[in-house]
Amino acid sequence: MMLALNGDEAVAYAVKQSNVDVIAAFPITPQTIIVEKLSEYVANGELKAYYACAESEHSAISMIVGASAAGARTFTATSANGLALMHEILYIVSSLRLPVVMAIVNRALSGPINIHTDHGDSMAERDACWIQIYCEDAQEAYDTVIQAFRIGENHKVLLPVMVMLDGFLISHTTQNVDVLEDEKVSNFVKHRIPAEIEVFGKKVPLTLNPENEVPLTFGPLDLWDYYFEHKRQQEDAMEKSREVIRKVHDEYAKISGRSYGNGFIETYNMDSAEYAFICLSSTAGTVKSLIDKLISKGDDKLGLVRIRTFRPFPYEELPKALEGVKGVAVLDRSGAFGAMGGPVYNEVRSALYDSDVHPFINGYIYGLGGRDMTMEMLKSIYDDLVETVKSGKPKRKIEFVGVRE
Amino acid sequence: MSEDLAKPGWKQIPIAGVPFKKATEYHTGDWRTFKPVIDQSKCTKCLTCWIFCPDDSIVWDGNTVQVDYRYCKGCGICAEMCPVKAITMVKEE
Repeated sequence: MMLALNGDEAVAYAVKQSNVDVIAAFPITPQTIIVEKLSEYVANGELKAYYACAESEHSAISMIVGASAAGARTFTATSANGLALMHEILYIVSSLRLPVVMAIVNRALSGPINIHTDHGDSMAERDACWIQIYCEDAQEAYDTVIQAFRIGENHKVLLPVMVMLDGFLISHTTQNVDVLEDEKVSNFVKHRIPAEIEVFGKKVPLTLNPENEVPLTFGPLDLWDYYFEHKRQQEDAMEKSREVIRKVHDEYAKISGRSYGNGFIETYNMDSAEYAFICLSSTAGTVKSLIDKLISKGDDKLGLVRIRTFRPFPYEELPKALEGVKGVAVLDRSGAFGAMGGPVYNEVRSALYDSDVHPFINGYIYGLGGRDMTMEMLKSIYDDLVETVKSGKPKRKIEFVGVRE
Repeated sequence: MSEDLAKPGWKQIPIAGVPFKKATEYHTGDWRTFKPVIDQSKCTKCLTCWIFCPDDSIVWDGNTVQVDYRYCKGCGICAEMCPVKAITMVKEE
């Protein structure tokens, strides 16, 4: 069924269909529509979930910790400073192995205060052991939220999942969103089944429930003698999530007819490409338009690799996608003060170092605080990249695109 | 720290940091760097050490004053307070 939804409404619609038990939230622009819509769904009886209004984002995610530990399927959403306020609890969510799903509507972090999109907020949380999936449009945000519950709750994974969409560009822009029937989604996501663990020789559900045969303590002191082992388990779960992300993506493709590359990266015109752009989220749409325009003028040498899953990072898929490419422009929509480049740039370069694929790689920082990324700017990056390859001299310094000198 | 190597590895313990043994089996005395040693020939059994021990690690066995090394963290307050200097702090091997 086709509905006219903006990105936030698409996320809320997916949550409504996903048998969620508990939502705790605090409004923050540009995420507010998500939790407003969900509160409407609960108030009018369309969604039978417990909806808690928190007094801050720190409290919202803390309520989610309790509910998720008790075995509930939980959802929350936030942006920018709200996410920063959750920072402390994000690490607790992942270490307690709670499969929380959270939508992040990307917004520039203060200061100076700003409400428009860039990726600085979620990039600051990239090492919090949350799976991170960046969506290009409202349709993908809808599809990905549904997949996120299945990924996080898989017993091999048991990690929280962040689903990102660009503030305003996607969150407040209405597009046609093809939504599945309620029953189809419900059959796909089912209900959360808590994992079992063995303690004191007994198998018990991994839930905070005093009626468990062996009641469990969540979050006790964990010092030098066990903390490291628990962190190692989290890394193991991240690695195991790769297979699950792929399987859930493919299974969802079967019921919806929609797929996003292989679930990790999506390529566009890479068969004939000698040059490639790498980016996240909605900018990929503009890059695709540029590629189409170039092709119509007889230039088919530019391709796109859009990174969809940033955590776990697709370090095996990337070199394969870039085989035969001479030059790569990595576009980062977040600052990296004092670093060699933005987070995507650094990850891409690391992924290629041990491979046989060694194109020139330039890093470009763009769009901070919601600054537009236009076709003209992308074309200038393409020209710059071609020039780099011709001259044989990589930039090896951060280039800023669209900033006034 | 060397005894840590004998503890179970990440593949053997439950996930999520939930405790898998009882608190009574977790002997926090291994945090200790110095251990109090009581010279029983000097001890007058006044139990001043028992009053001041912040961790309930001085025990009266019915006959003599002893240290419960399972929980003693070696703070040295007992040695400091002992009126007859019967307790010395000895570095752990």
